Amino acid sequence: MSQKIFEPGVAAGRLDADAYTAQFSDLHPPLDVHEALVAADRCYFCHDAPCITACPTDIDIPLFIRQIATGTPDAAAKTILSQNIMGGMCARVCPTEQLCEQACVREVAEGKPVKIGELQRYATDHLQAKGVHPFERAAPTGKRVAVVGAGPAGLSCAHRAAMMGHDVTVFDARPKPGGLNEYGIATYKTPDGFAQAEVDWLLKIGGITVQNNAALGAAMTLDSLRAEYDAVFLGMGLGGVNALGAEGEDKTGVLDAVDFIADLRQASDVAAVPIGRDVVVIGGGMTAIDAAIQAKLLGALNVTLVYRRGRDRMNASVFEQDLAASKGVRIVTHATPVAVIGNGAVREIEFEYVDDQMQGTGQTLRLAADQVFKAIGQTLQGDALPTLEARKIKVDGTGRTSVDGVWAGGDCASGGDDLTVTAVAEGRDAAMDIHMVLMG
Amino acid sequence: MADLRSDFVGIKSPNPFWLASAPPTDKEYNVRRAFEAGWGGVVWKTLGMEGPPVVNVNGPRYGAIYGADRRLLGLNNIELITDRPLEVNLREMKAVKRDYPDRALIASIMVPCEEEAWKAILPHVEDTGADGIELNFGCPHGMAERGMGSAVGQVPEYIEMVTRWCKQYTRMPVIVKLTPNITNVLYPAEAAKRGGADAVSLINTINSITSVDLDLFAPEPTIDGKGTHGGYCGPAVKPIALNMVAEIARNPATADMPISGIGGVTTWRDAAEFLALGAGNVQVCTAVMTYGFKVVEEMISGLSEYMDDKGMTSVDQLVRRAVPNVTDWNQLNLNYVAKAKIDQDLCISCGRCFAACEDTSHQAIAMSEDRTFSVIDDECVACNLCVNVCPVEDCISMVELATGTTDPRTGKTVEAAYANWTTHPNNPSATAAE
Ligand SMILES: Cc1cc2nc3c(=O)[nH]c(=O)nc-3n(C[C@H](O)[C@H](O)[C@H](O)COP(=O)(O)OP(=O)(O)OC[C@H]3O[C@@H](n4cnc5c(N)ncnc54)[C@H](O)[C@@H]3O)c2cc1C
Ligand SMILES: Cc1cc2nc3c(=O)[nH]c(=O)nc-3n(C[C@H](O)[C@H](O)[C@H](O)COP(=O)(O)O)c2cc1C
Ligand code: SF4
Ligand code: SF4
Ligand code: SF4
Repeated sequence: MSQKIFEPGVAAGRLDADAYTAQFSDLHPPLDVHEALVAADRCYFCHDAPCITACPTDIDIPLFIRQIATGTPDAAAKTILSQNIMGGMCARVCPTEQLCEQACVREVAEGKPVKIGELQRYATDHLQAKGVHPFERAAPTGKRVAVVGAGPAGLSCAHRAAMMGHDVTVFDARPKPGGLNEYGIATYKTPDGFAQAEVDWLLKIGGITVQNNAALGAAMTLDSLRAEYDAVFLGMGLGGVNALGAEGEDKTGVLDAVDFIADLRQASDVAAVPIGRDVVVIGGGMTAIDAAIQAKLLGALNVTLVYRRGRDRMNASVFEQDLAASKGVRIVTHATPVAVIGNGAVREIEFEYVDDQMQGTGQTLRLAADQVFKAIGQTLQGDALPTLEARKIKVDGTGRTSVDGVWAGGDCASGGDDLTVTAVAEGRDAAMDIHMVLMG
Repeated sequence: MADLRSDFVGIKSPNPFWLASAPPTDKEYNVRRAFEAGWGGVVWKTLGMEGPPVVNVNGPRYGAIYGADRRLLGLNNIELITDRPLEVNLREMKAVKRDYPDRALIASIMVPCEEEAWKAILPHVEDTGADGIELNFGCPHGMAERGMGSAVGQVPEYIEMVTRWCKQYTRMPVIVKLTPNITNVLYPAEAAKRGGADAVSLINTINSITSVDLDLFAPEPTIDGKGTHGGYCGPAVKPIALNMVAEIARNPATADMPISGIGGVTTWRDAAEFLALGAGNVQVCTAVMTYGFKVVEEMISGLSEYMDDKGMTSVDQLVRRAVPNVTDWNQLNLNYVAKAKIDQDLCISCGRCFAACEDTSHQAIAMSEDRTFSVIDDECVACNLCVNVCPVEDCISMVELATGTTDPRTGKTVEAAYANWTTHPNNPSATAAE
């Protein structure tokens, strides 16, 4: 064991060099052929299967599992990808315990669902390993579609629109496409550069131009896009981060969890990413859990996740909470931050315990902290956007916004959970609606 | 623990579980270990004539059919009779029998259909101390082409003739092993009886091709690009074997002839079913080829627990218990009416019953918005398909409609009286009920 884990303050290289590889390896190693066949055998091929209904992209799960069971994984992959072009990423990041696998009748029967997510990965990996793209574009329509944001929503929309024969340009503010697949998802869910590989594979459909470092804003406005293109899709996610509202929040070492994760995802060597000895994460969602776990994996000695309500109210699933606990993250509930203490840099953070109605109890808790990661929700950024609803772009069932010719989907749009798979579904459905409108 | 001792045509064994003539019984090493594991008896792998033994293929001999989880459901083989010299087998049989006097040791024999051949081999077999002989008239491949095995078993006159020779030249009990590769098993069974057989054993394996290699375009198992039909056995053949056993057991001409039941016996329950349908004991092959000799422990404990539960003190009390209830279709009571009923507490809402009934049967299962599945009594004909496809045991049951109630499907009152097809008004040749 490296002595560096006891070093106070913020430091890189807390672990032995070879420990990092193991720490950040695949959360669920891929199924081998035998495991896949055993897992596939358990599917009952349900009628009008409840797992399909539970999947936001409506993948025909019994069909693709039967295709795996009968030795045709590429056919299975096509079944998946025809509904969800990011079926590979979704297989890795979907909270299946809250989606398809929760609805699986074998979860109901035995508490052991069919391993839908892992089987989905088995099939999509099999096809993608061949480097071929299974879909072809329809005859060119001559129509042009602009997509803002190269996250799951934008890329899904772009792919479907391109497939229908339209010419698509995707604009993204960041230097790389992929959105949170590239900058947000936990390292151990998508190791080995999978996010970029998937984008490259997806773009093989043709007809899609991606422009990075191109932000919607001063230089490129919604109006200019509307003028130049036949349709515009907004999929810019949630770029802003909510503030804590605690005294001393501006001290050094108080960071946005999403930035910490983005830096980690972009690091060429994770060992070089500095981490505090004592880390406190504030929030109760997936971002909070991911930040806490990854802080621990980087070698932080003490990681505490503090949430203001009870565990049952946390957005992170029980599986995610248990995963955090198994990595040694301490979860404190019913506590809200009141003050960040420290001379310039954070040293401690004080919380007040609150009851279920969020009323202060007068009792406090102080935690040592070299770093505080804020993960209490992201917000939509941008001016001159279509009408909002609950701080997101208001859309109808097909993704239409208040502005003619402008669609939106993914995290930035109202309705649906903030999940990769939901973003893919919304992007796809908006593309189909765009197609219908453009083709009359 | 129930007394499982068995007496089959005077041959005693500590339990009714014998190993069938096959690879598990092909040599002393195996048979000693089988006896140590608890098997009541063995039918030694089929012996051939003196002289150079047969040869087997040097490529794959087996093909298989699988269920979920690669559970082996059916096995097929293209193996021949023993490929070891007769003297070696005889010497080993003698040594084993000497060391295990309480176990049954039967010699399976297949020699050409000539009196001299049978006359020659029987004294050698008798000399081993074997308890009986089984005439292999069943092997469907390789030997049949040479005029032996099922080539004989398919001609009742040959069966009768060879059986008679054997009864003439040995005092050992003669069991005739029947092939299922015939149209009506009663012909060979009756022939065996006429020839003086002490018992029949059945079934031997069924002609089969288990699968086709879709790259080589050849049947499996494939030997240098070619394949041939083999003999099918294992759990998949049990229903065929049970029916043949039952037919012999309820046929007046053969009802009193002891039967050794073979074909797909895998658990104590399978064995109990064979016994109930008229077998005096059972023989097992594929189950041990799949799981090893140890399975007999479960067969022994399971059968004895079952017999204890039923208050049976000897195996004989189970034998033939179900025979009186095997009848012909036209004797079934058409006034018996049942309806499927779904136990909502057990139902896991998979919808398989719905798909089966809706797409292929009588549209008698309703599916609600919230995936509650229920039977529509007005439509249900009690076909049992839903029960068969439901993945949860006992979730759907067939409930008898009480006498006097109305069947909502037909609008008719359920009658107490028994009435079958022979008297049914729709039957053109119905005989008026007296
Ligand atoms: C830390 C973290 C972990 C997560 N883990 C999971 C998980 O395990 N499973 C899961 O299902 N979901 C997870 N999510 C949620 C999931 O990542 C999002 O729901 C999903 O990425 C939303 O897709 P999107 O396309 O709407 O937005 P994003 O993925 O956010 O993509 C938006 C894109 O738009 C670009 N953009 C923003 N503003 C502009 C602009 N003005 N001009 C041009 N481009 C712009 C951004 O650079 C970005 O590339 C996680 C989220 C976070 C933050
Ligand atoms: C590989 C193999 C070889 C067999 N060889 C013989 C044989 O030599 N003589 C014989 O009478 N039956 C032979 N049989 C048939 C079995 O004795 C038995 O009748 C048949 O397999 C059905 O029983 P089971 O379903 O328990 O396997 C053989 C079966 C197998 C699988
Ligand atoms: S996309 Fe996600 S929710 Fe849908 S089937 Fe695949 S793993 Fe399940
Ligand atoms: S609910 Fe489960 S068992 Fe049924 S089809 Fe879906 S994965 Fe298969
Ligand atoms: S097959 Fe069985 S478990 Fe499935 S819905 Fe029907 S009754 Fe329920």
